[in-house]
Amino acid sequence: MKFLVCISLVPDTTTKISFVDNDTKFNNDKVQWILNPYDEWYALVRALELKEANGGTVTVVNVGSAANDQVIRKALAIGADDAIRIDVTGEADSFSIASEIAAVAKSGGYDMILLGKETINYNGSNLGGMLAELIDLPFVSYASKLDMAGNTATIERDIEGGKEVLTVDTPFVISCAKGMAEARIPNMKGIMSAKTKPLNVVAPQGVGSLTSVVKYELPPAKSACKMIPADHPEELIRLLHEEAKMI
Amino acid sequence: MAVLFFIEIADGKVKKASFEATSYAAAYAKQIGKDAVGIALGTIDDAELAALGVYGATKVLHAGNKEFDSFDANEYTKAVADVATQVNADTIVFSQTLTGKAVAPVVSARLKAGIVSGAVSLPDADFVVKKTAFSGKAFAYVKVNTSTKIVSVVPNSFGATKGTGTATVESVTLEAAPNRVTVKEVTRQQGDIAPLPEAELVVSAGRGMKGPENWGIIEDLAKALGATTACSRPVADLHWRPHYEHVGQTGVAIRPNLYIAIGISGAIQHLAGVNQSKCIVVINKDPEAPFFKAADYGIVGDLFEIVPKLTEAVKALKAGQH
Repeated sequence: MKFLVCISLVPDTTTKISFVDNDTKFNNDKVQWILNPYDEWYALVRALELKEANGGTVTVVNVGSAANDQVIRKALAIGADDAIRIDVTGEADSFSIASEIAAVAKSGGYDMILLGKETINYNGSNLGGMLAELIDLPFVSYASKLDMAGNTATIERDIEGGKEVLTVDTPFVISCAKGMAEARIPNMKGIMSAKTKPLNVVAPQGVGSLTSVVKYELPPAKSACKMIPADHPEELIRLLHEEAKMI
Repeated sequence: MAVLFFIEIADGKVKKASFEATSYAAAYAKQIGKDAVGIALGTIDDAELAALGVYGATKVLHAGNKEFDSFDANEYTKAVADVATQVNADTIVFSQTLTGKAVAPVVSARLKAGIVSGAVSLPDADFVVKKTAFSGKAFAYVKVNTSTKIVSVVPNSFGATKGTGTATVESVTLEAAPNRVTVKEVTRQQGDIAPLPEAELVVSAGRGMKGPENWGIIEDLAKALGATTACSRPVADLHWRPHYEHVGQTGVAIRPNLYIAIGISGAIQHLAGVNQSKCIVVINKDPEAPFFKAADYGIVGDLFEIVPKLTEAVKALKAGQH
Protein backbone atom coordinates (compact mmCIF):
# COMPACT_ATOMS: atom_id res chain seq x y z
CA MET A 1 0.00 0.00 0.00
CA LYS A 2 1.27 3.48 -0.83
CA PHE A 3 0.96 6.04 1.95
CA LEU A 4 1.38 9.80 1.59
CA VAL A 5 1.78 11.78 4.81
CA CYS A 6 1.46 15.57 4.68
CA ILE A 7 3.89 17.22 7.08
CA SER A 8 3.91 20.82 8.13
CA LEU A 9 6.59 22.75 10.01
CA VAL A 10 5.53 24.74 13.07
CA PRO A 11 7.31 26.70 15.79
CA ASP A 12 8.19 24.53 18.79
CA THR A 13 5.37 24.38 21.36
CA THR A 14 7.34 26.39 23.93
CA THR A 15 8.13 29.26 21.50
CA LYS A 16 7.40 32.73 22.77
CA ILE A 17 5.21 34.15 20.04
CA SER A 18 6.01 37.65 18.75
CA PHE A 19 5.56 39.60 15.54
CA VAL A 20 7.56 42.07 13.43
CA ASP A 21 6.94 44.61 10.62
CA ASN A 22 4.07 46.33 12.43
CA ASP A 23 2.67 43.01 13.59
CA THR A 24 2.22 41.79 10.01
CA LYS A 25 4.77 38.98 10.13
CA PHE A 26 5.63 36.19 12.57
CA ASN A 27 9.00 36.79 14.22
CA ASN A 28 11.20 33.90 13.02
CA ASP A 29 14.16 35.00 15.06
CA LYS A 30 15.52 32.21 17.29
CA VAL A 31 12.49 30.06 16.54
CA GLN A 32 13.04 26.32 16.63
CA TRP A 33 10.92 24.73 13.87
CA ILE A 34 9.61 21.23 14.41
CA LEU A 35 7.36 18.77 12.60
CA ASN A 36 3.77 19.59 13.46
CA PRO A 37 3.22 17.18 16.38
CA TYR A 38 -0.08 15.77 15.06
CA ASP A 39 1.44 15.10 11.63
CA GLU A 40 4.41 13.39 13.27
CA TRP A 41 2.98 11.51 16.24
CA TYR A 42 -0.28 10.34 14.74
CA ALA A 43 -0.29 10.45 10.93
CA LEU A 44 3.30 9.50 10.17
CA VAL A 45 3.69 6.88 12.89
CA ARG A 46 0.37 5.17 12.04
CA ALA A 47 1.35 5.04 8.37
CA LEU A 48 4.67 3.46 9.37
CA GLU A 49 2.92 0.90 11.58
CA LEU A 50 0.57 -0.09 8.74
CA LYS A 51 3.49 -0.36 6.35
CA GLU A 52 5.40 -2.52 8.81
CA ALA A 53 2.38 -4.80 9.23
CA ASN A 54 1.27 -5.12 5.61
CA GLY A 55 4.10 -3.80 3.43
CA GLY A 56 4.22 -0.70 1.27
CA THR A 57 5.93 2.65 1.11
CA VAL A 58 5.55 5.84 3.13
CA THR A 59 6.23 9.15 1.39
CA VAL A 60 6.12 12.47 3.23
CA VAL A 61 5.26 15.71 1.45
CA ASN A 62 5.93 19.27 2.59
CA VAL A 63 5.27 22.62 0.99
CA GLY A 64 8.03 25.11 1.72
CA SER A 65 11.54 26.33 1.06
CA ALA A 66 14.95 24.62 1.32
CA ALA A 67 15.14 25.84 4.92
CA ASN A 68 12.67 23.05 5.74
CA ASP A 69 14.92 20.21 4.56
CA GLN A 70 16.57 19.57 7.91
CA VAL A 71 13.23 19.05 9.65
CA ILE A 72 11.89 16.97 6.73
CA ARG A 73 14.89 14.67 7.25
CA LYS A 74 13.58 13.97 10.75
CA ALA A 75 10.48 12.37 9.18
CA LEU A 76 12.84 10.21 7.13
CA ALA A 77 14.79 9.36 10.30
CA ILE A 78 11.57 8.22 11.99
CA GLY A 79 11.07 5.83 9.10
CA ALA A 80 9.50 7.40 5.99
CA ASP A 81 10.98 5.98 2.77
CA ASP A 82 11.23 9.20 0.82
CA ALA A 83 10.20 12.83 0.89
CA ILE A 84 8.84 15.34 -1.58
CA ARG A 85 9.25 19.06 -0.98
CA ILE A 86 7.17 21.36 -3.14
CA ASP A 87 9.39 24.38 -3.48
CA VAL A 88 7.29 27.31 -2.31
CA THR A 89 8.75 30.39 -0.68
CA GLY A 90 6.72 33.04 1.09
CA GLU A 91 3.20 33.01 2.45
CA ALA A 92 0.60 30.52 1.24
CA ASP A 93 -2.84 29.82 2.69
CA SER A 94 -4.33 26.40 3.25
CA PHE A 95 -6.05 26.38 -0.17
CA SER A 96 -2.82 27.17 -1.96
CA ILE A 97 -0.97 24.45 -0.01
CA ALA A 98 -3.79 21.93 -0.57
CA SER A 99 -3.70 22.67 -4.31
CA GLU A 100 0.06 22.08 -4.45
CA ILE A 101 -0.19 18.79 -2.55
CA ALA A 102 -3.17 17.76 -4.70
CA ALA A 103 -0.98 17.87 -7.80
CA VAL A 104 1.59 15.56 -6.18
CA ALA A 105 -1.10 13.31 -4.69
CA LYS A 106 -2.92 12.88 -8.01
CA SER A 107 0.12 11.72 -9.92
CA GLY A 108 1.40 9.45 -7.12
CA GLY A 109 -1.43 6.90 -6.98
CA TYR A 110 -1.53 6.76 -3.19
CA ASP A 111 -3.92 4.46 -1.33
CA MET A 112 -4.09 6.59 1.78
CA ILE A 113 -3.23 10.21 2.49
CA LEU A 114 -2.74 11.04 6.16
CA LEU A 115 -2.19 14.27 8.08
CA GLY A 116 -2.60 15.62 11.62
CA LYS A 117 -5.91 17.02 12.88
CA GLU A 118 -4.57 20.59 12.65
CA THR A 119 -1.32 22.54 12.81
CA ILE A 120 -0.41 24.07 16.16
CA ASN A 121 0.30 27.50 14.64
CA TYR A 122 -2.62 28.15 12.30
CA ASN A 123 -5.12 25.74 13.96
CA GLY A 124 -7.29 25.76 10.86
CA SER A 125 -7.99 22.05 10.27
CA ASN A 126 -8.45 22.99 6.63
CA LEU A 127 -5.89 21.07 4.63
CA GLY A 128 -7.32 17.53 4.77
CA GLY A 129 -10.83 18.45 3.67
CA MET A 130 -9.57 20.72 0.90
CA LEU A 131 -7.15 18.12 -0.39
CA ALA A 132 -9.85 15.41 -0.39
CA GLU A 133 -12.14 17.68 -2.43
CA LEU A 134 -9.44 18.70 -4.89
CA ILE A 135 -8.53 15.08 -5.68
CA ASP A 136 -12.10 13.81 -5.27
CA LEU A 137 -11.50 11.33 -2.42
CA PRO A 138 -13.55 10.58 0.73
CA PHE A 139 -12.46 12.56 3.79
CA VAL A 140 -12.46 11.26 7.36
CA SER A 141 -11.54 13.79 10.05
CA TYR A 142 -10.24 13.52 13.62
CA ALA A 143 -9.61 9.79 13.52
CA SER A 144 -8.45 8.21 16.76
CA LYS A 145 -8.18 4.61 15.50
CA LEU A 146 -7.57 3.05 12.10
CA ASP A 147 -7.46 -0.64 11.22
CA MET A 148 -7.12 -2.11 7.74
CA ALA A 149 -8.60 -5.34 6.39
CA GLY A 150 -7.74 -5.65 2.70
CA ASN A 151 -8.76 -2.37 1.12
CA THR A 152 -11.32 -1.50 3.78
CA ALA A 153 -10.47 0.68 6.73
CA THR A 154 -12.41 0.65 9.98
CA ILE A 155 -12.00 4.04 11.62
CA GLU A 156 -13.04 5.56 14.92
CA ARG A 157 -13.40 9.32 14.78
CA ASP A 158 -14.07 11.93 17.44
CA ILE A 159 -17.45 13.66 17.39
CA GLU A 160 -18.74 16.18 19.96
CA GLY A 161 -18.91 14.31 23.25
CA GLY A 162 -18.48 10.90 21.71
CA LYS A 163 -17.25 8.62 18.97
CA GLU A 164 -18.30 7.39 15.56
CA VAL A 165 -17.18 4.15 13.95
CA LEU A 166 -17.17 3.98 10.16
CA THR A 167 -15.76 2.02 7.27
CA VAL A 168 -14.30 3.40 4.07
CA ASP A 169 -12.47 1.83 1.14
CA THR A 170 -9.10 3.06 -0.11
CA PRO A 171 -8.12 5.49 -1.43
CA PHE A 172 -9.10 8.18 1.10
CA VAL A 173 -7.80 11.19 3.06
CA ILE A 174 -7.70 10.96 6.85
CA SER A 175 -6.84 13.52 9.53
CA CYS A 176 -5.40 11.98 12.67
CA ALA A 177 -5.91 12.80 16.35
CA LYS A 178 -4.78 11.37 19.67
CA GLY A 179 -5.11 7.62 19.95
CA MET A 180 -3.92 6.79 16.42
CA ALA A 181 -0.37 6.01 17.44
CA GLU A 182 2.36 6.88 19.92
CA ALA A 183 5.24 9.22 19.16
CA ARG A 184 8.47 7.54 18.05
CA ILE A 185 11.98 8.76 18.71
CA PRO A 186 14.31 8.22 15.75
CA ASN A 187 17.15 5.79 16.46
CA MET A 188 20.75 6.14 15.29
CA LYS A 189 20.20 3.79 12.33
CA GLY A 190 17.23 5.87 11.25
CA ILE A 191 19.14 9.11 11.57
CA MET A 192 22.06 7.76 9.53
CA SER A 193 19.86 6.29 6.79
CA ALA A 194 17.81 9.51 6.58
CA LYS A 195 20.84 11.29 5.15
CA THR A 196 20.77 9.17 2.01
CA LYS A 197 17.03 8.71 1.54
CA PRO A 198 15.56 10.62 -1.42
CA LEU A 199 14.25 14.13 -0.76
CA ASN A 200 12.84 15.20 -4.09
CA VAL A 201 12.24 18.87 -4.72
CA VAL A 202 9.46 19.63 -7.19
CA ALA A 203 8.38 22.94 -8.72
CA PRO A 204 5.06 24.36 -7.50
CA GLN A 205 1.95 24.73 -9.67
CA GLY A 206 1.71 28.32 -8.44
CA VAL A 207 -1.90 28.17 -7.26
CA GLY A 208 -2.61 31.42 -5.44
CA SER A 209 -4.06 31.94 -1.97
CA LEU A 210 -7.71 32.81 -1.39
CA THR A 211 -7.01 34.60 1.89
CA SER A 212 -4.23 36.72 3.37
CA VAL A 213 -3.17 37.60 6.90
CA VAL A 214 -3.47 41.35 7.40
CA LYS A 215 -1.96 41.49 10.87
CA TYR A 216 -1.38 39.60 14.09
CA GLU A 217 -2.17 40.51 17.65
CA LEU A 218 -1.14 39.17 21.05
CA PRO A 219 -3.87 38.70 23.65
CA PRO A 220 -4.00 41.39 26.34
CA ALA A 221 -1.68 40.68 29.26
CA LYS A 222 -3.35 38.70 31.99
CA SER A 223 -3.85 40.64 35.20
CA ALA A 224 -2.35 39.11 38.34
CA CYS A 225 -4.07 36.07 39.82
CA LYS A 226 -6.22 36.92 42.82
CA MET A 227 -5.32 34.52 45.63
CA ILE A 228 -7.96 33.28 48.04
CA PRO A 229 -6.95 31.86 51.43
CA ALA A 230 -7.31 28.07 51.60
CA ASP A 231 -9.29 28.24 54.84
CA HIS A 232 -12.01 30.34 53.16
CA PRO A 233 -12.75 28.63 49.84
CA GLU A 234 -16.35 29.90 49.95
CA GLU A 235 -14.87 33.32 49.21
CA LEU A 236 -13.99 32.03 45.72
CA ILE A 237 -17.63 31.18 45.03
CA ARG A 238 -18.69 34.64 46.21
CA LEU A 239 -16.14 36.30 43.87
CA LEU A 240 -17.12 34.10 40.93
CA HIS A 241 -20.72 35.10 41.50
CA GLU A 242 -20.44 38.79 42.41
CA GLU A 243 -17.20 39.96 40.75
CA ALA A 244 -16.57 37.70 37.76
CA LYS A 245 -20.30 37.02 37.27
CA MET A 246 -19.48 33.55 36.00
CA ILE A 247 -21.91 31.56 38.14
CA MET B 1 -28.10 37.14 -2.01
CA ALA B 2 -27.96 35.80 1.50
CA VAL B 3 -25.75 34.87 4.40
CA LEU B 4 -26.09 31.09 4.62
CA PHE B 5 -25.42 29.28 7.87
CA PHE B 6 -25.01 25.58 8.49
CA ILE B 7 -27.16 24.04 11.24
CA GLU B 8 -25.76 21.04 13.13
CA ILE B 9 -28.24 18.47 14.40
CA ALA B 10 -27.79 15.73 16.97
CA ASP B 11 -30.61 13.39 18.00
CA GLY B 12 -33.27 15.56 16.41
CA LYS B 13 -32.18 18.78 18.15
CA VAL B 14 -30.23 21.80 16.94
CA LYS B 15 -26.81 21.78 18.58
CA LYS B 16 -25.94 24.69 20.85
CA ALA B 17 -23.02 25.81 18.68
CA SER B 18 -25.51 26.40 15.87
CA PHE B 19 -27.48 28.94 17.95
CA GLU B 20 -24.29 30.93 18.01
CA ALA B 21 -23.67 30.41 14.28
CA THR B 22 -27.22 31.67 13.70
CA SER B 23 -26.60 34.80 15.79
CA TYR B 24 -23.31 35.39 13.99
CA ALA B 25 -24.88 35.01 10.55
CA ALA B 26 -27.82 37.23 11.53
CA ALA B 27 -25.53 39.95 12.89
CA TYR B 28 -23.42 39.91 9.74
CA ALA B 29 -26.49 39.78 7.47
CA LYS B 30 -27.86 42.85 9.24
CA GLN B 31 -24.53 44.62 8.82
CA ILE B 32 -24.65 44.17 5.05
CA GLY B 33 -28.44 44.41 4.63
CA LYS B 34 -29.16 40.79 3.69
CA ASP B 35 -31.08 37.83 5.11
CA ALA B 36 -29.66 35.06 7.27
CA VAL B 37 -30.76 31.72 5.79
CA GLY B 38 -30.03 28.39 7.46
CA ILE B 39 -29.52 24.96 5.95
CA ALA B 40 -30.45 21.89 7.98
CA LEU B 41 -29.76 18.33 6.79
CA GLY B 42 -31.53 15.23 8.05
CA THR B 43 -34.37 14.39 10.37
CA ILE B 44 -35.56 17.19 12.63
CA ASP B 45 -38.95 18.66 13.52
CA ASP B 46 -39.56 21.90 11.59
CA ALA B 47 -40.62 23.62 14.83
CA GLU B 48 -37.05 23.22 16.13
CA LEU B 49 -35.77 25.01 13.05
CA ALA B 50 -38.43 27.76 13.13
CA ALA B 51 -37.27 28.49 16.69
CA LEU B 52 -33.93 29.68 15.28
CA GLY B 53 -35.84 32.87 14.48
CA VAL B 54 -35.13 34.02 18.04
CA TYR B 55 -31.45 34.08 17.13
CA GLY B 56 -32.16 36.16 14.02
CA ALA B 57 -32.70 33.58 11.28
CA THR B 58 -35.11 34.75 8.55
CA LYS B 59 -35.50 31.44 6.79
CA VAL B 60 -34.33 27.86 7.20
CA LEU B 61 -34.05 25.43 4.32
CA HIS B 62 -34.61 21.87 5.43
CA ALA B 63 -33.52 18.86 3.40
CA GLY B 64 -34.97 15.98 5.37
CA ASN B 65 -33.37 13.14 3.39
CA LYS B 66 -32.74 10.15 5.67
CA GLU B 67 -29.29 9.77 4.10
CA PHE B 68 -28.17 12.86 5.96
CA ASP B 69 -28.86 11.28 9.36
CA SER B 70 -25.49 9.54 9.14
CA PHE B 71 -22.59 11.87 8.59
CA ASP B 72 -20.52 11.83 5.43
CA ALA B 73 -18.31 14.83 4.76
CA ASN B 74 -18.62 14.50 0.98
CA GLU B 75 -22.40 14.18 1.07
CA TYR B 76 -22.80 17.16 3.40
CA THR B 77 -20.47 19.20 1.23
CA LYS B 78 -22.45 18.60 -1.90
CA ALA B 79 -25.65 19.57 -0.11
CA VAL B 80 -24.27 22.80 1.35
CA ALA B 81 -22.53 23.77 -1.88
CA ASP B 82 -25.71 23.13 -3.91
CA VAL B 83 -27.83 25.21 -1.55
CA ALA B 84 -25.22 27.98 -1.49
CA THR B 85 -25.49 28.18 -5.25
CA GLN B 86 -29.32 28.05 -5.19
CA VAL B 87 -29.65 30.93 -2.71
CA ASN B 88 -26.75 32.81 -4.23
CA ALA B 89 -24.95 32.93 -0.88
CA ASP B 90 -22.01 35.29 -0.72
CA THR B 91 -21.07 34.21 2.80
CA ILE B 92 -21.39 30.79 4.47
CA VAL B 93 -21.11 30.48 8.25
CA PHE B 94 -20.11 27.25 10.02
CA SER B 95 -19.25 26.44 13.63
CA GLN B 96 -15.62 25.48 14.25
CA THR B 97 -16.78 22.18 15.74
CA LEU B 98 -15.69 18.68 14.77
CA THR B 99 -18.53 18.57 12.22
CA GLY B 100 -17.78 22.08 10.96
CA LYS B 101 -14.10 21.22 10.55
CA ALA B 102 -15.06 18.17 8.50
CA VAL B 103 -17.33 20.08 6.10
CA ALA B 104 -16.31 23.75 5.83
CA PRO B 105 -12.86 23.19 4.23
CA VAL B 106 -14.36 20.78 1.69
CA VAL B 107 -17.02 23.34 0.74
CA SER B 108 -14.27 25.97 0.56
CA ALA B 109 -12.29 23.93 -1.95
CA ARG B 110 -15.40 23.05 -3.95
CA LEU B 111 -16.62 26.64 -4.31
CA LYS B 112 -13.10 28.16 -4.38
CA ALA B 113 -14.30 30.31 -1.52
CA GLY B 114 -11.66 31.59 0.91
CA ILE B 115 -12.17 30.44 4.50
CA VAL B 116 -11.41 31.91 7.92
CA SER B 117 -11.50 28.98 10.34
CA GLY B 118 -11.64 29.74 14.04
CA ALA B 119 -13.24 33.19 13.75
CA VAL B 120 -13.92 35.11 16.96
CA SER B 121 -15.26 38.37 15.47
CA LEU B 122 -17.62 39.54 12.74
CA PRO B 123 -16.10 40.47 9.38
CA ASP B 124 -15.42 44.19 8.92
CA ALA B 125 -16.29 46.15 5.76
CA ASP B 126 -13.20 44.74 3.98
CA PHE B 127 -14.05 41.21 5.15
CA VAL B 128 -11.18 41.01 7.58
CA VAL B 129 -11.96 38.55 10.38
CA LYS B 130 -10.15 38.02 13.67
CA LYS B 131 -9.24 34.39 14.35
CA THR B 132 -7.34 32.45 16.99
CA ALA B 133 -3.82 31.32 16.06
CA PHE B 134 -0.74 29.77 17.65
CA SER B 135 -2.91 27.55 19.85
CA GLY B 136 -4.48 30.48 21.65
CA LYS B 137 -1.24 32.41 22.10
CA ALA B 138 -2.15 35.03 19.46
CA PHE B 139 -4.80 36.24 17.03
CA ALA B 140 -4.56 36.70 13.27
CA TYR B 141 -6.67 39.07 11.19
CA VAL B 142 -7.43 37.28 7.95
CA LYS B 143 -8.82 38.90 4.81
CA VAL B 144 -10.85 36.81 2.39
CA ASN B 145 -10.18 37.77 -1.22
CA THR B 146 -12.83 35.71 -3.03
CA SER B 147 -16.40 36.67 -3.93
CA THR B 148 -17.89 33.80 -1.91
CA LYS B 149 -16.57 33.70 1.64
CA ILE B 150 -16.64 31.11 4.41
CA VAL B 151 -16.32 31.77 8.12
CA SER B 152 -16.12 29.08 10.78
CA VAL B 153 -16.89 30.46 14.25
CA VAL B 154 -15.24 29.19 17.45
CA PRO B 155 -17.93 27.94 19.87
CA ASN B 156 -18.58 30.21 22.87
CA SER B 157 -16.65 33.12 21.33
CA PHE B 158 -19.32 35.28 19.69
CA GLY B 159 -22.25 34.28 21.87
CA ALA B 160 -25.84 33.49 20.97
CA THR B 161 -28.07 36.56 21.22
CA LYS B 162 -31.69 35.78 21.94
CA GLY B 163 -34.45 38.04 20.66
CA THR B 164 -37.90 37.25 19.31
CA GLY B 165 -39.04 35.92 15.97
CA THR B 166 -39.79 32.80 14.02
CA ALA B 167 -37.96 31.60 10.95
CA THR B 168 -39.88 30.37 7.92
CA VAL B 169 -39.01 26.76 7.27
CA GLU B 170 -38.91 25.71 3.65
CA SER B 171 -38.48 22.13 2.62
CA VAL B 172 -35.93 21.61 -0.13
CA THR B 173 -35.24 18.57 -2.22
CA LEU B 174 -31.59 17.79 -2.53
CA GLU B 175 -30.12 14.94 -4.42
CA ALA B 176 -27.83 13.22 -1.93
CA ALA B 177 -24.36 12.41 -3.19
CA PRO B 178 -23.47 8.73 -3.07
CA ASN B 179 -22.22 7.59 0.35
CA ARG B 180 -18.49 7.09 0.44
CA VAL B 181 -18.15 6.21 4.09
CA THR B 182 -20.44 3.86 6.00
CA VAL B 183 -21.22 4.87 9.57
CA LYS B 184 -21.49 1.76 11.73
CA GLU B 185 -21.97 3.12 15.20
CA VAL B 186 -22.37 6.44 17.03
CA THR B 187 -21.89 6.75 20.79
CA ARG B 188 -22.46 9.98 22.67
CA GLN B 189 -22.22 10.72 26.35
CA GLN B 190 -25.71 10.76 27.82
CA GLY B 191 -27.54 13.31 29.92
CA ASP B 192 -28.17 17.04 29.83
CA ILE B 193 -24.59 18.16 30.40
CA ALA B 194 -23.12 20.05 27.43
CA PRO B 195 -20.29 18.23 25.62
CA LEU B 196 -16.90 19.81 26.31
CA PRO B 197 -16.39 22.04 23.27
CA GLU B 198 -19.78 23.67 23.89
CA ALA B 199 -19.62 23.82 27.69
CA GLU B 200 -19.74 27.22 29.39
CA LEU B 201 -18.62 25.91 32.77
CA VAL B 202 -15.90 23.27 33.10
CA VAL B 203 -14.45 21.58 36.18
CA SER B 204 -11.20 19.86 35.30
CA ALA B 205 -8.86 17.77 37.41
CA GLY B 206 -5.39 16.29 37.09
CA ARG B 207 -2.88 13.98 38.67
CA GLY B 208 -3.24 15.81 41.97
CA MET B 209 -6.37 13.69 42.45
CA LYS B 210 -4.10 10.70 43.16
CA GLY B 211 -6.48 8.15 41.64
CA PRO B 212 -9.75 7.65 39.74
CA GLU B 213 -11.54 6.56 42.92
CA ASN B 214 -11.30 10.15 44.21
CA TRP B 215 -13.26 11.76 41.36
CA GLY B 216 -16.50 11.88 43.33
CA ILE B 217 -15.67 15.34 44.74
CA ILE B 218 -15.01 16.66 41.21
CA GLU B 219 -18.29 15.26 39.92
CA ASP B 220 -20.13 16.72 42.93
CA LEU B 221 -18.72 20.20 42.30
CA ALA B 222 -19.49 19.95 38.57
CA LYS B 223 -23.02 18.79 39.30
CA ALA B 224 -23.62 21.64 41.76
CA LEU B 225 -22.42 24.15 39.13
CA GLY B 226 -24.08 22.46 36.15
CA ALA B 227 -20.59 22.17 34.70
CA THR B 228 -18.98 19.62 32.38
CA THR B 229 -16.05 17.58 33.72
CA ALA B 230 -12.66 17.49 32.01
CA CYS B 231 -9.19 16.20 32.77
CA SER B 232 -5.52 16.64 31.98
CA ARG B 233 -3.52 14.46 29.62
CA PRO B 234 -1.77 12.22 32.21
CA VAL B 235 -5.15 11.41 33.72
CA ALA B 236 -6.57 10.35 30.34
CA ASP B 237 -3.38 8.43 29.51
CA LEU B 238 -3.61 6.55 32.81
CA HIS B 239 -7.26 5.72 31.93
CA TRP B 240 -8.47 7.34 35.12
CA ARG B 241 -10.95 9.27 32.99
CA PRO B 242 -12.39 8.75 29.48
CA HIS B 243 -10.38 9.97 26.49
CA TYR B 244 -13.05 12.52 25.45
CA GLU B 245 -12.56 14.42 28.73
CA HIS B 246 -8.94 15.25 27.91
CA VAL B 247 -8.47 18.98 27.30
CA GLY B 248 -5.21 20.48 26.09
CA GLN B 249 -3.20 20.62 22.93
CA THR B 250 -3.51 16.95 22.03
CA GLY B 251 -7.03 16.65 23.43
CA VAL B 252 -9.93 19.04 22.98
CA ALA B 253 -9.31 22.79 22.85
CA ILE B 254 -12.05 24.60 24.75
CA ARG B 255 -13.18 28.14 25.42
CA PRO B 256 -15.61 28.04 28.34
CA ASN B 257 -16.66 31.05 30.40
CA LEU B 258 -15.28 29.42 33.52
CA TYR B 259 -12.50 26.83 33.75
CA ILE B 260 -11.72 25.44 37.20
CA ALA B 261 -8.44 23.48 37.20
CA ILE B 262 -7.96 21.24 40.21
CA GLY B 263 -4.65 19.49 40.83
CA ILE B 264 -3.32 20.40 37.38
CA SER B 265 0.11 22.04 37.27
CA GLY B 266 -0.50 23.81 33.95
CA ALA B 267 2.02 22.49 31.43
CA ILE B 268 2.24 24.64 28.31
CA GLN B 269 0.49 21.92 26.27
CA HIS B 270 -2.42 21.95 28.70
CA LEU B 271 -2.63 25.75 28.66
CA ALA B 272 -2.74 25.71 24.85
CA GLY B 273 -6.10 23.98 25.05
CA VAL B 274 -7.69 26.14 27.74
CA ASN B 275 -5.99 29.55 27.66
CA GLN B 276 -8.92 31.17 25.90
CA SER B 277 -11.30 30.45 28.76
CA LYS B 278 -12.81 33.72 29.93
CA CYS B 279 -12.11 33.06 33.62
CA ILE B 280 -9.61 30.55 34.98
CA VAL B 281 -9.53 29.27 38.57
CA VAL B 282 -6.56 27.20 39.74
CA ILE B 283 -6.51 25.07 42.88
CA ASN B 284 -3.16 23.47 43.59
CA LYS B 285 -1.06 22.59 46.61
CA ASP B 286 2.10 23.88 44.90
CA PRO B 287 2.28 27.70 44.97
CA GLU B 288 4.88 27.51 42.16
CA ALA B 289 2.53 25.66 39.77
CA PRO B 290 2.86 27.47 36.41
CA PHE B 291 -0.92 27.47 36.02
CA PHE B 292 -1.26 30.30 38.57
CA LYS B 293 0.37 32.65 36.03
CA ALA B 294 -2.54 32.07 33.66
CA ALA B 295 -5.23 32.16 36.35
CA ASP B 296 -7.69 34.83 37.41
CA TYR B 297 -8.33 33.29 40.82
CA GLY B 298 -6.21 30.85 42.76
CA ILE B 299 -6.20 28.84 45.95
CA VAL B 300 -3.05 27.17 47.28
CA GLY B 301 -3.97 24.23 49.45
CA ASP B 302 -5.20 20.67 49.79
CA LEU B 303 -7.81 20.04 47.12
CA PHE B 304 -9.36 17.21 49.12
CA GLU B 305 -10.32 19.74 51.78
CA ILE B 306 -11.10 22.68 49.48
CA VAL B 307 -13.25 21.08 46.76
CA PRO B 308 -16.03 19.73 49.03
CA LYS B 309 -16.26 23.17 50.68
CA LEU B 310 -16.61 24.80 47.26
CA THR B 311 -19.43 22.40 46.45
CA GLU B 312 -21.20 23.34 49.70
CA ALA B 313 -20.74 27.06 48.94
CA VAL B 314 -22.17 26.61 45.42
CA LYS B 315 -25.16 24.73 46.81
CA ALA B 316 -25.73 27.48 49.39
CA LEU B 317 -25.51 30.13 46.66
CA LYS B 318 -27.95 28.28 44.40
CA ALA B 319 -30.34 27.67 47.32
CA GLY B 320 -30.28 31.42 48.06
CA GLN B 321 -31.13 32.19 44.42
CA HIS B 322 -34.35 30.18 44.49
